[in-house]
Amino acid sequence: MENYVDMPLIEQTILTLAAMILVTSFALLAQSRVVATIRVFAWQGWLLALTTALVAWDTRQEHLYLSAVMTIALKAILIPWLLTRQARSLGILREIDAVIQPGLTLLLASALVIFSYSVVQPIEQFSQTITRDAIAISLANVLLGMLMLVTRRKAITQVVGFMALENGLFFSAVTATQGMPMVVELGVAFDVLVAAVLFGVIFFHIRESIDSLDVDDLNRLSEIDE
Amino acid sequence: MTLLAAVLLIPLVGALLLSVLRNPHLAARVNIALAGLGFAATILLARSVMNKGALGGGQFYIDAFNVYLIALTAFVGLTTALFSRPYMSHELDKRRVDAGRMRLYHASFQGFIFTMQLALSSNNLGILWVALEGATLATVLLVSLYRTPESVEAAWKYFILCGVGIAQALFGTVLLYFAASHAVADPEQALLWSVLYADADKLEPAIMSIAFVFLLVGYGTKVGLVPLHNWLPDAHSEGPTPMSAVLSGLLLNVALYAVVRMKMLTDGALAGSHAQLAGMAGYLMMGFGLLSFTVAGLFLHRQRDLKRLFSYSSIEHMGLMSFAFGLGGPLATFGALLHMTVHSLTKSAIFVTVGHASQISGTQVIEKIRGLISTQPNVGWGLLLGSISIAGFPPFGVFTSEFLLLSATIDTWPWLAIPLLAGFTVAFTGIFRHLHPIVFGPRAEGATAIKVNMIPVYLHLALVLWLGLAIPGFVARWFDQATRLISGQGLL
Repeated sequence: MENYVDMPLIEQTILTLAAMILVTSFALLAQSRVVATIRVFAWQGWLLALTTALVAWDTRQEHLYLSAVMTIALKAILIPWLLTRQARSLGILREIDAVIQPGLTLLLASALVIFSYSVVQPIEQFSQTITRDAIAISLANVLLGMLMLVTRRKAITQVVGFMALENGLFFSAVTATQGMPMVVELGVAFDVLVAAVLFGVIFFHIRESIDSLDVDDLNRLSEIDE
Repeated sequence: MTLLAAVLLIPLVGALLLSVLRNPHLAARVNIALAGLGFAATILLARSVMNKGALGGGQFYIDAFNVYLIALTAFVGLTTALFSRPYMSHELDKRRVDAGRMRLYHASFQGFIFTMQLALSSNNLGILWVALEGATLATVLLVSLYRTPESVEAAWKYFILCGVGIAQALFGTVLLYFAASHAVADPEQALLWSVLYADADKLEPAIMSIAFVFLLVGYGTKVGLVPLHNWLPDAHSEGPTPMSAVLSGLLLNVALYAVVRMKMLTDGALAGSHAQLAGMAGYLMMGFGLLSFTVAGLFLHRQRDLKRLFSYSSIEHMGLMSFAFGLGGPLATFGALLHMTVHSLTKSAIFVTVGHASQISGTQVIEKIRGLISTQPNVGWGLLLGSISIAGFPPFGVFTSEFLLLSATIDTWPWLAIPLLAGFTVAFTGIFRHLHPIVFGPRAEGATAIKVNMIPVYLHLALVLWLGLAIPGFVARWFDQATRLISGQGLL
């Protein structure tokens, strides 16, 4: 474990931020109030942008500053604002989306983190601790986002899970490869933006057709017709 | 390069134009004209690639493999646009959609074609991902076009499942980029497929094998591989039928195309490893493919909705193609490429017919669609011929490709011929037990003949028949070039 101490201060900071992003993912899993979930998601966006800026400074990749700015605009401000607005106009901002079996969910989440570490452990090229930890944490973030999608019952909190999953992907690109080529990052950001808008449209469709936003009520289609 | 620009810009400009065009009848005509123009451009592009070899190498790259899919995409896009004019105008008359939603429909249709062509022609694997995610975004509002509870549920499932699935592919792409950044000097070039393929042996095998698992799961979701297929029957059955035709005929192919491109890279990177790891990509595809093929064939027997029936048939055929690409070797690859073509043509023809059939009967429930031949003979015969073709009867092209695939299996993995033959039988009976009373028998009450456009159906089936009787020389050479690219050696 001595290699953590030998690391330059900035890399230690990056790893600490990575751990904090993981903590926000856990918080998302355990948080049951809709408004608080969106707020935690915005916090995750800020942390992500800060990490990106630090990586940019550490590796002298100028284009990452642009990514950091895009992250703030999109993940920390615009999408949380859109989600809050939609939740307010649907009247569910103050509602509670109860977490099913919170203890079990969090235990499962911890198991997923350990699993992520075991996936990246054997790769020799990840011998640098910082990349190995960062890849493991970002994979854990992706898996926790999926877990959130499975355990939540409200359409809007599922979308937060979906976006948190996307945050995990972005984090992996920033820490493992110092970002993707600019054209790809722009494309991905565009997709995320369009997805955020379309999710809002579909919320209203769901509301119109089944008169609630509980995905449990979306149960008319099944694999085998009986 | 200007031709390629035309192939991409026509649908893009078309989507923008159609999003502001208010008259639905005019929009339908413009849609056909745009699809026709796009098809003409792809034919010229294909001809120049055939004569001069691979094109591009920067952000775009066209070789024999993707140019044939580009042409197929434009062709099915054109015939579906032809079909959608009478179909959607019937839906408009029945007030299932209004003029505003027609505008959304037409704009999304062209937008979808654009994302398909971008995914196929892009050399940048990141852009390939962006385009495939874009395809979901372009079609998700089409799935919920009718705003019924079922269609909204289908759209939600489609959005979330495909979104999460394809997110795995982005993680795989990041890992691939990580491996590439150690092998390729210029980071701007490290996601270009042609550059990576040339240096595939320098990619770190351990990372590539993990990356491929994520890429297969991600793009495999869009291919509809079991157990990642749940979105597919819902999205196909609840949206308007022209969209089912293009989803089944085009989107699944393009997603499989992405998997095959990734397999080529992974095979190159793993070639130096010990034997079991070297074939890993192929084994995974064979496993997933065979599972999808078998499970979907069984599900065919339990369907009550006509469009769901044929979407399970799509899963079955996509499974078969994944299996064949996984098998590798020139014979299996040639068969898989042929099967991609004939399945795409046949399945979109079937969906067109099914769309008309459900409008005639006013329902998609199999039990209520009866005696199509006596109600409207051309639709009834179209459905019968299409089903005969998709079930793999000679002399249609599906028989030829399935026969090639079976021969390739017997050559390399003789034991797997047993589940394959069993699967063919199960699927065949699964379709025909439902089909017989639908086309024959007395006409159902309340069924009335409607205005239809069967030209696309017969055109597609005629092409499939032609490919089954005698593959024309230039098409065979075309497939052979693509086979050479994918499997390393040609068949002819």
